[in-house]
Amino acid sequence: MMESLAISLVNAVPVLSGVPLWTITLLIMVMVAAVVLTFALTYSGLATYVERKVAGDIQARVGPNRVGPVGILQFLADGIKLLLKEDIIPAKADRFLFVLAPYLVFVGSFAAFVVVPFGVGLIASDLNIGIYYVMAITSLVVVGVMLAGWSSNNKWALLGGMRAAAQIVSYEIPVGMALLPAVLIAGSLSLQDIVRSQGGLFGIFGWNLFHNPFTFLSFFLYYVAALAETNRTPFDIPEAESELVSGYHVEYSGIRFAFFFLAEYGDMFVVSALATACFLGGWHVPFLDAEALPALWGNLFSLGVFLGKTLSLVVLMMWIRWTLPRLRVDQLMRVAWKYLVPLTFFNLLGVSLWLLLFHGKGIPQMIASLFG
Amino acid sequence: MEPILFIVFGAIAVGGAIMVVTRRHPMSSALFLILTLFAVAALFVLRQAHFLAAIQVIVYAGAVVVLFIFVIMLINVPENKLPLERLTGFRFLGIMVAGLFILEAALVARRFATPGTPTADSGSVEAVGRALFTDYLLAFEVTSVLLLAAVIGAIALAKKRI
Amino acid sequence: MANLVSSIQFADPYFSVLLLLIIAVGMSVGFVFLSQALGPRKYDRIKYSVYECGVDPFTSASVRVSVKFYLVALLFLLFDLETAFLYPWAVLFRDLGLFGFIEMTIFVGILLVGLVYAWKKGALDWQ
Repeated sequence: MMESLAISLVNAVPVLSGVPLWTITLLIMVMVAAVVLTFALTYSGLATYVERKVAGDIQARVGPNRVGPVGILQFLADGIKLLLKEDIIPAKADRFLFVLAPYLVFVGSFAAFVVVPFGVGLIASDLNIGIYYVMAITSLVVVGVMLAGWSSNNKWALLGGMRAAAQIVSYEIPVGMALLPAVLIAGSLSLQDIVRSQGGLFGIFGWNLFHNPFTFLSFFLYYVAALAETNRTPFDIPEAESELVSGYHVEYSGIRFAFFFLAEYGDMFVVSALATACFLGGWHVPFLDAEALPALWGNLFSLGVFLGKTLSLVVLMMWIRWTLPRLRVDQLMRVAWKYLVPLTFFNLLGVSLWLLLFHGKGIPQMIASLFG
Repeated sequence: MEPILFIVFGAIAVGGAIMVVTRRHPMSSALFLILTLFAVAALFVLRQAHFLAAIQVIVYAGAVVVLFIFVIMLINVPENKLPLERLTGFRFLGIMVAGLFILEAALVARRFATPGTPTADSGSVEAVGRALFTDYLLAFEVTSVLLLAAVIGAIALAKKRI
Repeated sequence: MANLVSSIQFADPYFSVLLLLIIAVGMSVGFVFLSQALGPRKYDRIKYSVYECGVDPFTSASVRVSVKFYLVALLFLLFDLETAFLYPWAVLFRDLGLFGFIEMTIFVGILLVGLVYAWKKGALDWQ
């Protein structure tokens, strides 16, 4: 994909024909990676602002409103403030691991952006193992969280880290299981293919969400499990500010703390993007097929649709956070192992049986074939 | 480019493995183990074995090492009470044997020609899955019995102590 | 050099992943360096001590964590393996058909026995 882009660039700009093709391709790849990361950073920053605004609205406050119009530049001010803070490494901390942990969390969270199918052809790297890659790279986050808790040499941090790790791994099973129906229907792990498999039928009834009752349930199971995997309220027992101060990152300050903070919002985006790609039809919307539009417009339109759906899910997460109370740790484990895991198992059974019995056709397809 | 990447990741894998056995604190060892596992996964990707690379990271780095870290925290030994490892005669012998083994492996490897680059889909999820669910079906099904035995064993052990 | 580089398989999307990882690591290290260059640095014994609500820590931080965590990690390992096996099956499901359904039902069924056992033994309870 990148190489063909480079070739078309050389054809369009004759001055470049003297430059070797690999240089241009490499430059394009570096630029794509940089753009994805810049997007991830900007989004995370803005999301912290939106979260505070949402919290303000729900609690009948104003929220940040000093920096810039309606306080929208608050995240920049916060970022600069965190950058200018002293870099504190507690005296009793295990220095090497303490320094390393934020990197693991940050890189593990942001590297997942590379397979997010932002739109038609707008994917930094369309891996054939797409979903696997997300599962693999986010395992760094678990390790980072545990290390952060342990290396701080503080019992609140340790407890928070352990709880966070236990929670993330417990909910990783239902997350992985709940995404399976989308793979079953698409027959591919590539997120681009999964989105493509949901086209047609007025652009909305092709979505996996409406494929059959089991996939419908699957989406909600996934969303609940993903909410827990990102340690968001009502599943934020690892942070539980009222009992654990703030969990595994209590000893972190300045830019290292910012890494944890940004990673949390990065994770929220990734799980929401996966939900959009696997259940909500990615960039498919009613009455307008992005792939039929002229090249650039189609790309931009699909990007807008995808971001709209994903960011709605992110805002929904914030809404839930400021609405629901926190679960206890025993309830948390019960929800994961006694409800979500068995439910996702039977759900998977249901989806696969459905696909077998009806030859892979969903309810909307069957209705459509009834009417000719 | 591929040979360069191979050497880089190979060096990371070996260096990480050496760090795993030489670190004093098990927590650092676990970390370098992750580094090694990721480097090996990268080597798999270079050989087009994408499925293996993904499984390597998900199962080993994502689950086995996490289990290790939980166990290290479970038996949390303070830094100053960790056993000090000395260079005894046995260790020296071990290093000798390891060197001999590497030599032997190199000699064996020289006898066989380097295999060419595998085709793009020989290690894909589809290809490995197809082999797993048809030719090696029995082995696959028996794996579940092994996993069941592991669940029961772990619970029997852990529950006795609570 | 040019020869070697031009033989990069640019079609390989994994190269993009490697690039992104390198840039992400470089960027985060850069931020920390920037912060250390710009931020103040004043030594203060109290500031660098362990955070425990303004008092000296009552007990050592090296507490042993409960065996429950170990059990959760082990259950996770087993079910994670199982999920990892389910993905290739899902990819191939259309080709395998009923045969695939039956073999996966057996596989998952045996593992569910493990889950039921854990449930009955109370390993899923968090006392």
